[in-house]
Amino acid sequence: MINVLCFAHLKEQVGQEQLELARDELTVKELLQELHEQHSIDTDSLIVAVNEEYADVDDVIKSGDTVALIPPVSGG
Amino acid sequence: MERLFIVTDQPISVEEVTKKVVRPEAGAISNFIGTVREYTHGRRTLSLTYEAYQSMAEKQLKRIGEEIKEKWPDAKTAITHRTGDLAISDIAVVIAVSTPHRKDAFRASEYAIERIKQIVPIWKKEHWEDGEEWIGNQLETEAYPEGKPKGEEIYD
Repeated sequence: MINVLCFAHLKEQVGQEQLELARDELTVKELLQELHEQHSIDTDSLIVAVNEEYADVDDVIKSGDTVALIPPVSGG
Repeated sequence: MERLFIVTDQPISVEEVTKKVVRPEAGAISNFIGTVREYTHGRRTLSLTYEAYQSMAEKQLKRIGEEIKEKWPDAKTAITHRTGDLAISDIAVVIAVSTPHRKDAFRASEYAIERIKQIVPIWKKEHWEDGEEWIGNQLETEAYPEGKPKGEEIYD
């Protein structure tokens, strides 16, 4: 099981703070594809953080990792 | 140990952030204070809400402090960013940098706020008289063509 944290407009769109994916392992690219197909999330402008570090599309996510979807940031 | 990089839902004291970088080696301390602006491109903002991925945001602020240390080895940096609901003129972020000489302090504090807008997972929701919206990045590059935020080299 992989938990995916959602923030800002994504949290409102999805209607909850996190999504659960019944997978043991997948790449960041595969994760984005699944989110697009299953939850109609526009993943074009998203980046993924794995264990609080920005990840590349080819990085592998494993069960137990902390995954977060990061829309373009607007702090400051 | 003193926490230099903080994301908090409490009001920020400029004095408290600044005190963290006071030291005998410093001849200059530069503060940057980000506040809530009422009008943006003629549109009136009533209030703002900031949301953060707090644990990662604090890590990224720490990373900015490390980048500053690489560029200006004698600098000491402290940053606090606010989350939650903010009114016009409330303080959203305070940066304090101390250095032996003034130029480095100015440059490093500017570097810090630009990097916050690039890599720190904090989002702003604008509340207007006629609606509200989460704001995307303000760097005019909505998507991340490389799959993640660009490295520090783009700042130079």
